[in-house]
Amino acid sequence: MSANHTILEMRSITKEFPGVKALADVSICVRAGAIHAICGENGAGKSTLMNVLSGVHPAGSFTGDIIFQGEPVHFRDIASSEAAGIVIIHQELALIPELSITENIFLGNEPTRHGAIDWVSAKKRSIELLARVGLEDDPDTQIKHIGVGKQQLVEIAKALSKSVKLLILDEPTAALNEADSQHLLDLIRGLKGKGISSIMISHKLNEIEQVADSITIIRDGRTIETLNVRQDGVNEDRIIRAMVGRSLESRFPDHTPHIGEVFFEVRDWNVQHPQAAERMVVKNSTITVRRGEIVGLAGLMGAGRTELAMSIFGRSYGNFISGQIFKDGQQIHLRNVSEAIGHGLAYVSEDRKALGLNLIDDVKASIVSAKLTKISAGQVVSATKEFQLSEAYRKSLRIKTPSVDYGVRKLSGGNQQKVVLAKWMFTDPDLLILDEPTRGIDVGAKYEIYGIIQGLAAQGKGVILISSELPELLGLTDRIYTIFEGTITDCIQTEHADPETLMKSMTSAKKKVASK
Amino acid sequence: MSEATGRVKNGFKDLKKIFGGGQSDVRQFGILFSLIAIIVLFQVLTHGLTLSSGNLVNLISEYSYILILAIGMVMVIIAGHIDLSVGSVAAFAGIVVATSMQSWHFPWPLAILFGLVVGVLIGAWQGFWVAYIGVPAFIVTLAGMLIFRGGNQVIGNANTVPVPQGFTTIGAGYLPEVGPNSGYNNLTVLLGLIVAVAVVGKEWRARRVQEGMGSTPAPLWVSAVKVVLLDAVVIFATLLFAGGRTGTSFPVSGIILGVLVIFYSFVTRNTIFGRHVYAVGGNKLAAELSGVNSRRVNFLVMMNMSVLASLAGMIFVARSVASGPQDGLSWELDAIAAVFIGGAAVSGGIGTVTGSIIGGLVMAVLNNGLQLLGVGSDRVQIIKGMVLLVAVGVDVWNKSQGRPSITGFLTRARRPGTAASQEPAAQIPAGDATGPSRPLVPAP
Repeated sequence: MSANHTILEMRSITKEFPGVKALADVSICVRAGAIHAICGENGAGKSTLMNVLSGVHPAGSFTGDIIFQGEPVHFRDIASSEAAGIVIIHQELALIPELSITENIFLGNEPTRHGAIDWVSAKKRSIELLARVGLEDDPDTQIKHIGVGKQQLVEIAKALSKSVKLLILDEPTAALNEADSQHLLDLIRGLKGKGISSIMISHKLNEIEQVADSITIIRDGRTIETLNVRQDGVNEDRIIRAMVGRSLESRFPDHTPHIGEVFFEVRDWNVQHPQAAERMVVKNSTITVRRGEIVGLAGLMGAGRTELAMSIFGRSYGNFISGQIFKDGQQIHLRNVSEAIGHGLAYVSEDRKALGLNLIDDVKASIVSAKLTKISAGQVVSATKEFQLSEAYRKSLRIKTPSVDYGVRKLSGGNQQKVVLAKWMFTDPDLLILDEPTRGIDVGAKYEIYGIIQGLAAQGKGVILISSELPELLGLTDRIYTIFEGTITDCIQTEHADPETLMKSMTSAKKKVASK
Repeated sequence: MSEATGRVKNGFKDLKKIFGGGQSDVRQFGILFSLIAIIVLFQVLTHGLTLSSGNLVNLISEYSYILILAIGMVMVIIAGHIDLSVGSVAAFAGIVVATSMQSWHFPWPLAILFGLVVGVLIGAWQGFWVAYIGVPAFIVTLAGMLIFRGGNQVIGNANTVPVPQGFTTIGAGYLPEVGPNSGYNNLTVLLGLIVAVAVVGKEWRARRVQEGMGSTPAPLWVSAVKVVLLDAVVIFATLLFAGGRTGTSFPVSGIILGVLVIFYSFVTRNTIFGRHVYAVGGNKLAAELSGVNSRRVNFLVMMNMSVLASLAGMIFVARSVASGPQDGLSWELDAIAAVFIGGAAVSGGIGTVTGSIIGGLVMAVLNNGLQLLGVGSDRVQIIKGMVLLVAVGVDVWNKSQGRPSITGFLTRARRPGTAASQEPAAQIPAGDATGPSRPLVPAP
């Protein structure tokens, strides 16, 4: 096995979802016994690529070739890719909390003797496997009783039990602390010494720099470049430039901001994780919004963007610890969602299907659902007003639907999102928090939604825009906060911001100004 | 694609509108046809016995309490829960009310009020566990099923407690004879006339509202046919109810049922609370993020169910002139079956009061017709079970095939190639689970 021996080659992979090209001609080449990192913004296509590789998207649902260990392969499902020796470990661990370590390791792969599970040999093997990943816990321990760091190691032990040749790790250290991360990275390097190659997806560029042999950068579903860490003199700046380097020309409607006074302020906001009381998901955060201003909130997945937004919106996330909210100079208390709506707040969630809409409803019922009192006399909802007002929104936002009686389930993503925006505009808010308002939406609908957002600002409303897409933030906002591990790390006027500095503040804890 | 197919298709649409078959009511449309088919079938098989005065009166008073339960049950199921305790709660309320009159000498109107208060208290108890502690309603009401059945037997010493004459009106009473002897029960005729006029008024108002919204109502002939058909049914039924054996007429329990159906249809369709019930059942998280207090909704829905169960229990006791330890046995199953045959979804968020009533009537007519034919109760159970399974099975299978219902499938099959021309933009739609959609607006 020579050093240049290739274990995996993916050639010209193109994968389309209805209306969106998730991957366009992506190629990647992983050498045997190497750690290969894949970098890209959220939504660049990394996960889709791994789903193609592991058979989640079966052969035939994409074009291009996968060559594994010199043979072309066609995986129908995860089982067939695992049989070939490719194991994927997802960001959300796939362990069953109520089962023991041994039971989890051999789940779906149980050693049997005369048709019954052979627990003796299973336990013996799991002790060996745990030793390989450096875990000394009793294999009978239930998964729920060990920490996330150790759970991650159990996942790797499980992969080893399947005689893995290529291990794919999706954000393996996202939920881990410093020490656990280091242990995991050491382990991956150790596996490399034993001939197990890895593909690692991570947002933590310092870790990638530390362990990866080569890096492929993906942007907008295309391979941008592949860097050889040892030869190309790679550093974080170099990676960031490749990740975000794209022009912003004319992707946004023209807009001249008219920014007024500060009218909304969140001070020293602290929020605890709803389950894990020791984890603070938002720490001492302070943000301000001016009238007519679009304020960006930039952060990587899991940085606490959504948690901050939802905790402001009537404490709909986590356990509120401390902090104050001021609106128009008055302190206000938003203990639940209806109080938040009553004080003129609106929150468009990042997941419109799970949190934004009742998919059983029709368009008109969805639009009026957050403020039924507006069209009701006493407790009785006026069907006429419901129709007229929702019809007005259908026209002004150009929602493509045969009528407002049509089910929202049957609309396209962009039009569903317009319905969600209409639903919140209907509540006559002063401040709109938009969480990933253009996720999963095609370019044309995005442009229209940008126009709607700018229109809201032009009416003097404040907008907080959360987005994983830096170009979107740079093109649309007036000011950007960056958030990292629950802390606001920077606040930059958009005209002075560029992707590199933003990405730096989004990936490092060094704290600068909290606000202006 | 031709003009002819377009006309045919519109014709079908209008035809469906006669029976209220809109976007969301397709299922109801199908079940209504099943009801009519079953009635006709038994009418033939029993040589006209099914639609005779005596049998209809019997049918209504025998099933009114199950239908009352179905009203409460559909709201529970829309909210995403289930209530297994209704039979026991009905029996408990029945024995408490009977005892209050026999041992504590409550006058019967006070006893009815007392029974409703008992329902409120039981409902608050169950609602508390479901909404504020978070115990699944299945468990809470399974416990309630045991608790209140036991409670009934403790209070009544597992004996039957008789109820006084006045009280029996709500279960066994009829509209009284007043005015001149016309050969018919005058009050029933009057009631029928009021309903017939109301049908016309409602249709007229619906058209006015539609015009007010700026949308074109269905052609006038559709409304006319609809009103004529409905009123024909109303008048036919009125004459049957009014012209029966002297002393019988439209049952009081039927009037209670009718008032409740109208009231709860209005509540579920036209009030903020009703919207919130659907919202919580359809997507609880989205509802909460829209400012809906889902706990309050769950609490009230569970409470309402127990109040209606108490009422049903009292009506049953009044009809049987005594409260006994076996009252209300397996009523929950009949009520739940009615709701699901009536088109509700197990996952919540879908269902209507009228649909559940029609579903309940299907079960009632089936039961009644088989009894008239002399089929044993053992076989009746088998047939009812099969009907429930097939009705819901057909619905589930059709949904998994992307078709709204059997009738939707049949009507669709007759209009090949018209989908694109008739419903333009929205037929393009993106799949629900398949990811992002195709662009609807060209990129600038």
